[in-house]
Amino acid sequence: MNIEAKPITFAILATVVILIGTIITLFIPMFLPSTQPVSDYIKPYTAIELEGRDIYIREGCNNCHTQTVRPLRTEVIRYGEYSKPEEFAYDRPFLWGSRRTGPDLNRVGGKYPDSWHYKHMNDPRSMFPKSNMPAYGWLAKRKLDTSYSFKKVSILGYGYSEDEVNRQIQEYRKKVTSPTYNAKAIRDQITPPELRNELTEMDAIVAYLQKLGRDVKMLKKKEAVKVAEAADRPGALKNPFEGKADAIKEGKEIFQNNCSACHGDDGKGGIGPDLTDNEWKYGSSDEAIFNSVAKGRPGGMPPWEGSLGKERIWKVIAYIRTLGKR
Amino acid sequence: MKENNYDYSVVKGFAYSAVFWLIVGLVVGLWLAAEMFYPALNLTPWLAFGRLRVVHTNGLAFGFGFAGIFACSYYMLQRLTRTSLAFPGLARFHLYLFNVAIALAALSLFAGMNTSKEYAELEWPLDVVVVIMWVIFAVNVFATLIKRKEKQMYISLWYIIAMTVTVAVLYIVNNLEIPVNLFKSYSAYAGANDANVQWWYGHNAVGFVFTVPILAMFYYFYPKSTNLPIYSHRLSIISFWSLVFAYLWTGAHHLMLTPLPEWIQTVAIAFSIFLIAPSWGSVVNGYYTIRGRWDLMRTNYLTKFFIVGITFYGLQTVQGPTQGLRTLTAFFHYTDWVVGHVHMGTMGWVTMIISASLYYIIPKISGRELYSVRLANLHFWLIFIGQLVYTVTMWIAGIQQGAMWKATNPDGSLTYNFLETVTALYPYWYIRFVGGVIYFVGILVFTYNLIMTGRSGKESVPEPQPQTA
Repeated sequence: MNIEAKPITFAILATVVILIGTIITLFIPMFLPSTQPVSDYIKPYTAIELEGRDIYIREGCNNCHTQTVRPLRTEVIRYGEYSKPEEFAYDRPFLWGSRRTGPDLNRVGGKYPDSWHYKHMNDPRSMFPKSNMPAYGWLAKRKLDTSYSFKKVSILGYGYSEDEVNRQIQEYRKKVTSPTYNAKAIRDQITPPELRNELTEMDAIVAYLQKLGRDVKMLKKKEAVKVAEAADRPGALKNPFEGKADAIKEGKEIFQNNCSACHGDDGKGGIGPDLTDNEWKYGSSDEAIFNSVAKGRPGGMPPWEGSLGKERIWKVIAYIRTLGKR
Repeated sequence: MKENNYDYSVVKGFAYSAVFWLIVGLVVGLWLAAEMFYPALNLTPWLAFGRLRVVHTNGLAFGFGFAGIFACSYYMLQRLTRTSLAFPGLARFHLYLFNVAIALAALSLFAGMNTSKEYAELEWPLDVVVVIMWVIFAVNVFATLIKRKEKQMYISLWYIIAMTVTVAVLYIVNNLEIPVNLFKSYSAYAGANDANVQWWYGHNAVGFVFTVPILAMFYYFYPKSTNLPIYSHRLSIISFWSLVFAYLWTGAHHLMLTPLPEWIQTVAIAFSIFLIAPSWGSVVNGYYTIRGRWDLMRTNYLTKFFIVGITFYGLQTVQGPTQGLRTLTAFFHYTDWVVGHVHMGTMGWVTMIISASLYYIIPKISGRELYSVRLANLHFWLIFIGQLVYTVTMWIAGIQQGAMWKATNPDGSLTYNFLETVTALYPYWYIRFVGGVIYFVGILVFTYNLIMTGRSGKESVPEPQPQTA
């Protein structure tokens, strides 16, 4: 058969040929449980988180940020637990991304307090002078449009009633507009007065960022509590670098690269507490401070042991000790 | 033999549309390249990197790429079938619809109407327009093939047929979505499945937009320009069928080490390695065609474009599968290495071949000689050097960033925080911008040369013997 003289036969044959790989690697997996695992611990987005996600999509955040932590040693140290398929069961579209101009965000939820995100989104260079991220302060100047929220969660099959959606919206509005909201100062600063009692697009995207990886972290926390109870308490730790000039100098550099965005250039505080006032929320011993830095503390202090290691944490502490003495 | 009343107006229309969208896409690209080291350029929401990058990729892949492909397809289709287009009016409608659609696409992407799926960002109403446009094109392709006067279909026509059917399947499957309103929709697939569908599409967009139709041009315009027959017909048959068979299995090599089931990743990388063979089938065919006549590289200005283009195609098709191997993808993925890889293909292969094809077509259809061979040579060297500066810089940047992400101290902690791995790249990003500028100047020379050819080129001497193809 001379198919090079039969265009229609040729086209049909070409279609069959391209469909073989398509069927095997694409259509068949769609019906396999391995591409759509569901787990109880993964919760769908709330209406507000979903609106935030839609803003993330609209602004093309996925062009610079990935949302998959690969099962590689340094990646797990840097970002946290590697990504599991069930985490994405509610993601339409998926947002794994293809280039990390900025860091991966799949575990960013709960890593920093809300105030960190408001400040950073508003002006990334106010926290990291050399960052190349665009500033998104204008999101705080736009009222969040929730008129499609119910339709959206219905299409996505999240199972919320219309009342539930309205409740979520009102509840989140109450949270961020409350006088006791822990990000009130920075939120008021970047939100125009007429919108301070409303939900803005900024509120929604912060809510979304705080959701990323949260369910996985909750699961880990439950496991971790059990482990911690069983573990032995070591003798009181002492800083091996206390008062050593070289270490303090190095500690200062580490501080500026990693800590000053929240605690201020001189340690006078900002998003994180003042480190120069000799007031220590969790105790002033070397060990207590070491644990705060290494393991993190609730409310926004991330754990640094994985990324900095013990030695550099001690050097930072040696530097911090010099701040209070001034 | 009488000329067949070939309809060239639509060819010309698409050729100039291609150049127009090329310039738009490159200006956007330069802006983006500068934003990487000078973030103050994110002046407005619609100029912010996240929105602008999508305008760059869509503008060049669809605006420039497809316009070039349509121009060359409508030309080759008529020459190779020795008949005029079945529906010239429809083709002209296609031309207008195409430019309106690309303009609307750019505006909607600037406005943030964006599905987030790479190279399929357009929202559903524009997807519908794209599908209608594709049907219009396909109708002309098949109707013209059916009424053809040349019994055998030449290789280039096989590639055009493969593109026509496959792009339709790819586009429709990946863009299935549920509308919320006119400007917003959600993907029909969730999570790992959505990723799998997207990169099956994304990689085959590379295959059936940046490879298959470009090979169609290569197999037609290269022998035409050099007056040499293609080395092996058998090799092109084998290459064609194994290429179109294997490509569809490989999308998941973009998803190595992600939560996608591991067997899909493994199958994808196995087929990617296999794909080197058919790709190099065309490379070998290209090199052997010119064996004994390498002097043409010097004497025939178009030969350079084709030989350098097919060389970058060869490099691209080895680099791609290699960087997908698990060990290497762990290191290179998500870095600028991949950005370098993509740009070698698009700047070094696709644009080289489309440029040369338009240099061949425009004088032919306007009955004039090329305005300036010297400018064409200048254009060649500028885009060649600009591309090399760009890609090599990005590879080095990728190696550095990959190494910095991986670096650990003796106690197992990370040596660099993330920001340090970003700021380390600023010097490379300056150089990349310079590479882009050189390239852009080359394209301006190209544009000037094409426009002047159409306007004031010398009338060419009518060809003594009839064209057979």
